Amino acid sequence: MEHRSHVYGLIGEFEKPEQLVHAAAKIRESGYRYYEAYTPFPVEGLPEAMGMRRNMVPLITLLGGLAGGLGGFAFQYWVNVISYPMNIGGRPLNSWPAFIPVTFELTILCASLSAVLGMLALNGLPQPHHPIFNAHRFTHASTDRFFVCLQARDKKFQLAETARFLQSLNAHHVSEVHDD
Amino acid sequence: MSAGQPPIDSPEITRLTPVLGPGHTYASVTDKISAIVLTRPTSLGWYIGFLIAFSVFGVLNIAIGWLIIKGVGIWGINIPIGWGFAIVNFVWWIGIGHAGTLISAILFLLNQKWRTSINRFAEAMTLFAVACAGIFPLIHTGRPWYAFWMFPYPSVMGIWPQFRSPLIWDVFAVSTYGTVSLLFWFVGLIPDLATLRDRSTSKTKQIIYGMLAMGWRGSARHWHRYQSAYLLLAGLATPLVLSVHTVVSFDFAVAIVPGWHTTIFPPYFVAGAIYSGFAMVLSIAIPLRKAYGLEDFITMRHLDNMAKVMLATGLIVAYGYFFEFFMSLYSGNKFDVFLVQQRLHGPYSHFYFALILCNILLPQLLWFQNMRTNVTVLFIMSIVVNVGMWLERFVIVVISLTRDFVPSAWGRYSPTVWDWATFIGTLGMFVMLIFLFVRVLPAISIAEMRELVSETSEERK
Repeated sequence: MEHRSHVYGLIGEFEKPEQLVHAAAKIRESGYRYYEAYTPFPVEGLPEAMGMRRNMVPLITLLGGLAGGLGGFAFQYWVNVISYPMNIGGRPLNSWPAFIPVTFELTILCASLSAVLGMLALNGLPQPHHPIFNAHRFTHASTDRFFVCLQARDKKFQLAETARFLQSLNAHHVSEVHDD
Repeated sequence: MSAGQPPIDSPEITRLTPVLGPGHTYASVTDKISAIVLTRPTSLGWYIGFLIAFSVFGVLNIAIGWLIIKGVGIWGINIPIGWGFAIVNFVWWIGIGHAGTLISAILFLLNQKWRTSINRFAEAMTLFAVACAGIFPLIHTGRPWYAFWMFPYPSVMGIWPQFRSPLIWDVFAVSTYGTVSLLFWFVGLIPDLATLRDRSTSKTKQIIYGMLAMGWRGSARHWHRYQSAYLLLAGLATPLVLSVHTVVSFDFAVAIVPGWHTTIFPPYFVAGAIYSGFAMVLSIAIPLRKAYGLEDFITMRHLDNMAKVMLATGLIVAYGYFFEFFMSLYSGNKFDVFLVQQRLHGPYSHFYFALILCNILLPQLLWFQNMRTNVTVLFIMSIVVNVGMWLERFVIVVISLTRDFVPSAWGRYSPTVWDWATFIGTLGMFVMLIFLFVRVLPAISIAEMRELVSETSEERK
């Protein structure tokens, strides 16, 4: 994986989400692996066109929820049975139905925190800077344009040829993105 | 912009009224919503409104300050009425928050497109309502600086909170609700913060919005995980919102006081919460769309749908009142029967009748199409329902506590000026936060509106 000096990649622009989905599928078919699409809203069909299947967020959420629920119940059990047992008229120390509300709330709390923090961590956010922000017209990616960027680290990446390839997909404003 | 809207008097046309005005593009929705925050000059009306709300918020601070100096004796509470306004207001505020979560989570799971333009400020409303609600139990403890005792932490005293108590369940339910609502709201805001970062022209705004957006760049891989997380949050918030008012109702239902000790409380509290919450969403949406010309985004269809939800939940609440009444009589329990008589003929009966008027009788007007599509009527109705739901909590808290088992334990309750100052003060705080919110953050989700543009244009093909 050879690193070209200071060129991060080539970016192309589309007006319609369907054009981007089409282009992404084509890019994948022609063997590019390091490329990314940037869109102002989640575009239907794009993850499939880019070959994304599952992500880890649901699993992280499940694990967080389980930890919260089991941990929450175990903690209440420990408090009431082991750390500070109080015999009130011989009632059971492990009065589990009374522990359910807190167990439930902690399940939801930990699952939600895991979902959000997990999503941010997997996305590598917060990330103050990224080379893509150097791209010409990139501010439109958060308004009304759909971008695709082929990265220079891809083995198939050849500046002139890749630019022609992007243009053949009807991308507008094909231009280089620099690292700094 | 509203010229393009069809007339609103026939049912067919109302049904076909779109959730988005015609002719909008990705750029136009982005421009219109972000302009409120970025380019539109702050109007004189905003300053006046904010100043009034801020002054009322000042009253809250004075009321709380005096309370901390003097103690809860400045309120009208006494023995046996130890709960009074603080708990009435707590339950009322927390209930109002529920509509925000319902709109953002449950309607999202049900794939209701009309939720898109109202979910953002409804979620903000939830957060602010929970903030107002949280104040009351805190200051109600009398020594709020010891409130951390309610959290389980390893203390030198070696003791723990009582996990079998509904009051501790409340602490966990409300703090979880506040946290999850904040997460949900913030996750929804991330793409919009990136839009504001990219569109703002001043360096300060770019830095602030940029830091809040955390470097969001709309990458497809990021969106993929983002959508998973958002869907999961919606799925988690749905049982959460039902659990929160259930737990709040346990504060009452687990006690043995007549009028409180009833199994109908959890569902009836949740329905009442959604009822008052939708009323509050309408109370905010109607002036908001007017002030900022958002009639294309918050269309008559939204108002009509919200009115229908209000009508439906109002009927569930009416059912709850009826069965509360019926079960008390049917049980033959003399304390419960006596409480029903006290509601109808006791010293607070006028509150009970006002409650029936506000929550059951007047909202029946919403059956009529021309009432649901009349913005003025809807606004008045939303205020009426908010008042009615506040009265409901007053009736539940005060009548039961003034008339429990033996006449020697009976009492009377009347709020003092400090009770009113605290309550009205939280209204000021709420309105102030809403004013700040619409000024600095996009009140409508821009990314979701763009998605809606994409979907509706597909439908037209």
